[in-house]
Formats: sequence, C-alpha cells, structure tokens
Amino acid sequence: MCKWHNGGAVYISCAMLAYIIRRLLYAVPILLGVNLLTFLLFFVVNSPDDMARMQLGVKRVTPEAIQKWKADRGYDQPLMWNGQANGVAKATDTVFFNKSMRMFLGDFGRADDGRDIADEIKRRAMPSLAVAVPTFILGLGVAIAFALLLVFFRASVLDFAGVVLCVAMMSISGLFYIIGGQWLVAKVWQWVPISGYATGFTAAKFLVLPVVIGVIAGLGAAARWYRTIFLEEISRDYVRTARAKGVSETGVLFIHVLRNAMIPILTGVVVVIPTLFMGSLLTESFFGIPGLGSYTIEAINAQDFSVVRAMVFMGSVLYIAGLLATDISYTLADPRVSLK
Amino acid sequence: MNLLPFQIVVLWSDALLFALLAAVFLLALWARRQAPLRASWARVAANKAAMVSVTILMAFLLIGVLDSLHYRARLDAAPGQAAAGKAIYAVEVTSLLDALLAPLREHPEKTYSAPLATHLFAKEPLPGTEMRDFPRLAWGGAHLFATGQAAEDALAAHHVKDVLQRGVLGAAGGLLFWLLALFIVQRANIAWRRKSAQKVGSGDTAPDSNQAVFLPKAVVPTPNPPARNAVSLTLLALCVLAGVAIGLGTGYHVLGTDKVGQDVLYLSLKSIRTGLLIGTLTTLVMLPVAVVLGILAGFLGGWVDDLIQYLYTTLNSIPGVLLIAAAVLMMQVLIDTHPEWFTTAAERADARLLALCLILGMTSWTGLARLLRGETLKLRELEFVQAARAFGVGRLAIMQRHILPNLMHIVLIALVMDFSGLVLAEAVLSYVGVGVDPSTISFGTMINAARMELARDPMVWWSLASAFSFMFILVLAANLFTDAVRDAFDPRAMS
Repeated sequence: MCKWHNGGAVYISCAMLAYIIRRLLYAVPILLGVNLLTFLLFFVVNSPDDMARMQLGVKRVTPEAIQKWKADRGYDQPLMWNGQANGVAKATDTVFFNKSMRMFLGDFGRADDGRDIADEIKRRAMPSLAVAVPTFILGLGVAIAFALLLVFFRASVLDFAGVVLCVAMMSISGLFYIIGGQWLVAKVWQWVPISGYATGFTAAKFLVLPVVIGVIAGLGAAARWYRTIFLEEISRDYVRTARAKGVSETGVLFIHVLRNAMIPILTGVVVVIPTLFMGSLLTESFFGIPGLGSYTIEAINAQDFSVVRAMVFMGSVLYIAGLLATDISYTLADPRVSLK
Repeated sequence: MNLLPFQIVVLWSDALLFALLAAVFLLALWARRQAPLRASWARVAANKAAMVSVTILMAFLLIGVLDSLHYRARLDAAPGQAAAGKAIYAVEVTSLLDALLAPLREHPEKTYSAPLATHLFAKEPLPGTEMRDFPRLAWGGAHLFATGQAAEDALAAHHVKDVLQRGVLGAAGGLLFWLLALFIVQRANIAWRRKSAQKVGSGDTAPDSNQAVFLPKAVVPTPNPPARNAVSLTLLALCVLAGVAIGLGTGYHVLGTDKVGQDVLYLSLKSIRTGLLIGTLTTLVMLPVAVVLGILAGFLGGWVDDLIQYLYTTLNSIPGVLLIAAAVLMMQVLIDTHPEWFTTAAERADARLLALCLILGMTSWTGLARLLRGETLKLRELEFVQAARAFGVGRLAIMQRHILPNLMHIVLIALVMDFSGLVLAEAVLSYVGVGVDPSTISFGTMINAARMELARDPMVWWSLASAFSFMFILVLAANLFTDAVRDAFDPRAMS
C-alpha cells in the first residue's frame, strides 16, 4: 500500500518507514538516559550549593549570596521531587524537569552571561559547519584515494613506504599539526591569516588552513584503515572472477572493490561524526572560529555548567541521528540490505 | 624513630603502577608455560620493528618507574627543635628521578634560554649601565666564566669547543657502558648455556624444553639474530644519546629553559610518567567493567543483554570529549570543596590524575564491551560450549573457563591499541583545560604553556619541539608494537 517509487532509483518502503519511526522511538529512552546521567553529574555529585561556592569564590560566600546565585539560575527548587507543590507540579517544579527535561523541547535555558543558549547555538552552527563539512568530505576523499593508491601498488616498496608514512602520521599529536601548520603557512609563508572568521565568501581565506590541517591530521589513521578494508575485499572470489573476465586493475579497484567496501566504510564514518566534534573543538579555538567548538571550550574554561550540559545533549542528539542516517545509507549503498 | 634519611611516600598512582607491573610479570610467567601463547609471543619477538619499539618503551618505562618512587627528604632539624627528637620531613614530595636529575632541577634560570645557551634569550637592562644586553645564565655555561680565562669576545669559540668536548666524552661514556653491558650479557648467556648443557649431559632430569639440545642444529629454535641485533643497536643508540645528554647536562641546559626558567629536558622526562600512567591505568580501570559486562551481555542474553546494551549505547552517544569535560569539571568542584581530603599538593594532583584515568576509563569501555559481546555471541554457539552445557557445567564456570580464555586476544589487542590513543588524548584534554592538574608535569601542560611561543619574534621553539618529539617517539613505538601484537594474536590477520 504505502510503497512508492521515485524515478525508479530510490524507493522507500512501508517497512523502512516503520523502521525509522521505531528507531526514533528507541532514541527517546537513550536521550532520557543521557539526561539522567548529565543530571547526576551536574547536580548530585555536587549540590548546587557546592557549585555556587566554587563560582563565587571563597571570600564572598555568604548564605545569602549562595541563595541569590541559585535563584538567578533557577537551581533553588528541589532536585527531583517537590513535596510542597500540588498535583503534577510535584514533578515539574524541580531542577530535573526545568533544567534537563526542557531540553527535549529545544529550551536550553540561559548561559551565565544571560544569553539564550538556543539562540547562540543557532548563530554558531554555521561557522562550525563551514569548517567541519569540507574537512569531513575532503578528508574522506583524500584518505580513500590514498588508500586505493596503496592497494594499487600493494606488496611493493611504495606500499610499504606509504604504510610507514601512515603510522608515523598517526603517531603525531593533532596539536602539532595545528600549531606547526599555523606557524609555517600563516607566519612564515604568510599565505593566509593566522586566525579569524568572516561571513560570506571572504570566509574562504580563513577556512583554507583549518580545513587542510584537519584533512592532513586525519589522513594517517583513515588511509591505513581503508587500506585494510580494501585488501580484505581484493582477496575475495568475485575480484578473481572479474580479473578472469579481463577487467583492468583500475576497473577492479574502482568498480568492484570500492563499491563492495562501502558498507564497512559507511560504518566507520559514523564513528568519525562525534570525533569530528572533538576535532573542531581544537581547530575552532586555535583558529578563532566562532563556532560551537569554541563555544564549548569557552564554557569549559568559564565553568559555565548550563552550556556544557546543553552541548552534551546536543551532541547525543546528533550522534543518534548519525546512527540512523548510517542505517539508511546502507540500503542506498547495498540493495541487499533491507531494514526491518 | 625512622633511621632512613627520608620518608617513603607511596602515592595511589605509584601503588597502582607497581601492582600493574607485578600483574604483568605474573602473567608473563604464566604465559611462558602456555604453548599457543608462547608461539604468538615468539612471532612478536621475531619482528624487528616490534622489538626495537619494545626496547624504547622499556627505556620510557624505566624513567616512569624511577619517577614513581616517591619520598620526602628529611630536613636538618633547626637547633631549637633538635631536642624534640622528631624528624621533620620536607613538604615537597620528590621522586628518585628528581634526585638523579637534581642538577637540572635545582638550577633554574630567570626565563627562556635556548638549548646549550650561555646567555638568556631576551635582552635585559644590565645593572649599573644604560645598556640592554643578553645577561649570562646563572648555570648554563657558567663554568666558562668561572675560570676567568674566557673573555667575552673569545667566548664563542671556547663555547663550541667545550660543547663538543662534553658531547664526545658523553658519547664515549655511553659507548663504553654499552660495550660493558653487552659483554656481561654475553658472558651470562654463555655460562647459562654451558650450565644447561651440562645438566643434560650429566643425565639430569631434562624437562622437555631442553630436549632441543639433542636435535640437529638446524632445528634448534634459536632467538632470531636480526631482532637481537636490532635490539642491541637500539640500546647502543639509547646509551649514546643518554651519554651525550649527561655529558652536556653537567654544564648546560641541553634542551633550553622555558618561560619560568625550568629545564625543558627535565620537564620532558617528568612528562613520561604522566603519559604512561594515563595510557595504562585507564585501561586497567576500564578492563574489568568491559570484560564482565561484555561477556554477561553476550552469554546471558535476554533482559541483561538489553540493559547492558542500553547502558553502553547511552554512554556512547555522548561525544567523548564533552562527557569527559563534564565529568572533570564536576570532579574539580568535588576536589576543591573538600580540601581536607588531601594533606599535600602532590596528593591532590595525584588524586586528580587518578580521577582523570577513572573518567577516561568509564567513557572508553563501551567499544571493547561491544566487541566482546559480539564475540561471546559467536562462541556461545560453538560445540565445546554446547558440550560443556550438556555436561551440566554451571553458567559461571562456562563463562570463566570456556568463554573468557577465548576472548583474551581481543582484550590484549584492545589494551595495547588504547595506549597510544590515550597518550595523545591527554595532551588534547590538558589543552582544553580538562586534563591533569596544572601542577602535574605532562606533555599536555607543557604544550599548553608553550602554545604562544612560536608566535613570538624571534620564536621559542624548543619547549614545543621537545614535548612533541618525546610524545612522537613514545606513541610511534607503541603503535609499532601494537601492530606486531595484532598481527601475532589476531586469528583473522593470519594468512
């Protein structure tokens, strides 16, 4: 009944729709768990009083000051259960409901500087994506191309040298790539500005360096891993059949091996999504890009707990969405996979 | 009354490190008697790159262990207090490495100075004059001036000559030490072989490992000579490097000094312990959780599986660095609000290091648990497990005796694989501000302190270069070792 074809190429079946809905429902308890965990971390390990004392410093701690600090931030309610309220309010007039559950509705509250966190996230999402998306796509393309090259020259000196290069590259700290790259390209050669950001097309000159550095920093580990996947595929029977039929080596690599290696590659790419966040944390703070990563670092340094909490929640939502997207991408890459 | 001139201090991290070393030693003794394990390790031992890496890792470990033997030195009692008859110990907790590196530690300069320099890096107004010039260092190259023979203009040549002299002497010392060590090892080896040959010859009870002696020479499994040569050459390089460092270190700051005048070589060597601790203790914390939960989920199935899967999916869905940041922030508040828990600053820094390991462990067990669950699901259906079940063996016993030993290769590979990632992660986390205590010397805190130095003009490169080089060597060695272990133990990799 609810099966429709879209130009014959992509088709979404009833079962797949049901699968997506089921997966979305399954995400709810996980996000609830994330919420509970962050709540435990932020409010139970240390009471709001502890945090107030810490933030106010030793000198200014008076009971009134603590009360005021808590009232300003809405931490003056009971944590999980309000015995004094009536009816539903017993559960809703609590820190847990107001601070944690509201995040489900996209209400992240206010940061310590009084700004609305949700607005700030919307404003900063663009610069973050401007760095992360090109880094991600270019990084994937370069790593796969490099790995295919190594596989093409497999079991030769070139392959060995390539693997040694990969191991050496993955042994270098990500901080080195950033600090060294900034020094060489921006300070010595002066090709691009060291840091900063602009809107529109002028942003390109600020984005080139972080993107290139991001690609290089991730190349070693990724290329080596793709090489392993390709080598595993190339020893399969269908490859021998293809060769026997007279397909050229490049044809074998690009048409047969690459397409069949898509499933493990797609699986691994999802693992990259959360680390993408971490990578941009460093990149953004070094290059002065006003994105979500530098927002998080600023919040950590200023010990702004509400921002860190909101970012934890955001991060998990994105991760779960990424997992779902991977599963759907399987069906596009491999017609044999059906989601039930 | 304590007769020792010092009071031994065992920090929690020291205790855990030594416990870990003891456990590894016992496991090695046990593994020697298991034929399949011995075969796998023999494959690792035949790998040149792996053995060179192990040698380098051992050198790092030696430094880490020396830095983990802590004590508080006894202070000379003031005249008035002597009557009390009670020893007073320094507040500062020092390690054996600190004592060995005392010349480096106790001669700080005022601020930056380049490697092997005799003068400070920045010009300062000279006392008594209007001129600004580079002041002499308090310690680096001070002996050149002490004798009075070096006039300021002839200094450069004199300086170069002195550096070369000390360097060559140090290298020669290192070479001699290496030759001596090689000679002793060789003699011991020959003596040991003669002894075991005599044992067999005199008709003594010969254990089966000695039966190889009766076989023709070609069949006798001798340790692979190329790997042995590679190891001794690595040792030579290490000895000569250490010799040069010691030779130059007696008169100069070999790798320069940082912003507050601390010796960079000293800081780099001290960072090794922090890196090693984070790389090993984290895995130690995470291992029992991952193994127990992974096996339980895979073997029992049902609601236990659902619960454990839910647990690790939830933890996994939070981006690691954010979860770590949140946990470290909270731990900081906890430590700051309870100053009464710690008696010394070293203890507090140590607690923070351990807490960081704990947090990293709690956020990183999910991957291993998922792997182990999948493998257990496969093992559960195999014949030998089914047979054990049919014989009425209890579930606990099956998990312990039949499942766990067959998962050990995954555990081992995960263990060595995590190490290098954790060493790198420490630097990043310390940069973000959620790493080790700022007073703990680590690669991360070194890099963090030096982050703006390349932007200076003229730039200061030696702090960053040292931190990154030491870290690179440690991580590269660990990565090469990991590859060899994986090739030797992963049944899939055997072709």
